[in-house]
Amino acid sequence: MSAPQRAPRVGVLALQGDVREHAAMLSELGAEVVEVRRPEDLEGLDGFVLPGGESTTLSLLLQSSGLFDPLAERLAAGLPVLGTCAGMILLGREVLDGRSDQRVLGVVDLSVRRNAFGRQLESFEADLDVEGLEGGPVHAVFIRAPVVERAGEDVEVLASVEMGGVKLPVVCRSGAATAVAFHPELTGEDRLHRLLLEEVASRRKGAGA
Amino acid sequence: MQTGENDRETGTLRVKRGLAEMLRGGVIMDVVNAHQAKVAEDAGAVAVMALERVPADIRRDGGVARMSDPALIEAIQSIVTIPVMAKARIGHFGEAQILEALRVDYIDESEVLTPADEEHHIDKWAFKVPFVCGATNLGEALRRISEGAAMIRSKGEAGTGNVVEAVRHLRSILGDIRKLATADSAERFAWAKRLQAPYELVEEVAARGRLPVPLFCAGGIATPADAALVMQLGAEAVFVGSGIFKSGDPPRFARAIVEATAHFADPEILVKVSRGLGDAMPGAEISKLDTRLAERGW
Repeated sequence: MSAPQRAPRVGVLALQGDVREHAAMLSELGAEVVEVRRPEDLEGLDGFVLPGGESTTLSLLLQSSGLFDPLAERLAAGLPVLGTCAGMILLGREVLDGRSDQRVLGVVDLSVRRNAFGRQLESFEADLDVEGLEGGPVHAVFIRAPVVERAGEDVEVLASVEMGGVKLPVVCRSGAATAVAFHPELTGEDRLHRLLLEEVASRRKGAGA
Repeated sequence: MQTGENDRETGTLRVKRGLAEMLRGGVIMDVVNAHQAKVAEDAGAVAVMALERVPADIRRDGGVARMSDPALIEAIQSIVTIPVMAKARIGHFGEAQILEALRVDYIDESEVLTPADEEHHIDKWAFKVPFVCGATNLGEALRRISEGAAMIRSKGEAGTGNVVEAVRHLRSILGDIRKLATADSAERFAWAKRLQAPYELVEEVAARGRLPVPLFCAGGIATPADAALVMQLGAEAVFVGSGIFKSGDPPRFARAIVEATAHFADPEILVKVSRGLGDAMPGAEISKLDTRLAERGW
């Protein structure tokens, strides 16, 4: 009945993108990090991170590596997951302005628009209040970032940005999945990773009981 | 709850370096028209470099190589959804201003084009668009970073299909970083002098054990094995110029190099993607070259 002793094992998709920053943050928070490039790397994971990167490239490499279907299955079955930027796109159900053959994992009922703010010159940093995070606003870096254009009924919107007078969600949660349009991993902002590990801990406790 | 549109800061150091971080583990491909750009995107490129001639052709044609026609860059921007980069000549801030106004995602201040200034590089802090610059050694890399470069690529020797110079430059940069990381405080001053680089940057590299910006590799990568080699040496992503569209089967080469860059330490996958690829671009021996592009830049 006691909580498991070993450190939580968290996979980081390591096919492309800013894997190192996520891995460093998770290690610092006490997790054992597994870089995931092949289906067998998914074994024994307690949580998962989809990093920032180029979502069209990641979508292709997920398919060629044979990871796409087993990962989608694990996530659909409730493996706790955090996705940032490209990771948000991959977690969604529909991608807007994507490549015509781009596949996404469909874990969270979101329609996500790629490069919603425009090209790199429109990339920006700003302070952002995120519901449920204590300790003040998050300093968020948006790099050719996506936004959510449609969120399903079971999706909780934790933060939004304004574009043309409309509020568009940039942090969403549904079940054990959190999708974030910006890059907490680039600013040393670890509260969203802590949330992931809390989710992992509560699932492990539930499973052990 | 949400931030207003006016509270946003654009063109910051973090935002510029941030895009480079997102390209890590990927392949940036030279393309000369919209069709090639689409082939590159379909093969999984993380970005394309829009230019009028690939380095192998610049080498063959000779003459002055300049920034591409804006119409060409716009045609490429309109067909792909991934970042589009373009090259300006060393020191040619006029070309860089045009490229910024075209809203390219990155500017490569490149030795592949004919230099416009034999003493000064572009003051890259004056721009909101990020810059990548080439380097053959750590001192050159740090000088470019001090001028505002948000990404460094080892130069190699572009347009040769010969990886030997890329390896030389990567080993030089990374080898010196490893040595610098073990230097004591007095030695770090001597390093700054020897590298002709700002002391603060030397300190930062010593403390972190890597450059303050991502280090990519360019100049001579022609096969999946070449990509795997430079990634294992410590490059964080690769630029492939002539290597794709001068090969026998560009879509397959492009795809294979993307796979090899992602799975650079997995020989089983490298065998799979290398098998039956056909002809790589014809290579050139460095000692037989008329022009050494890597020597441009100061």
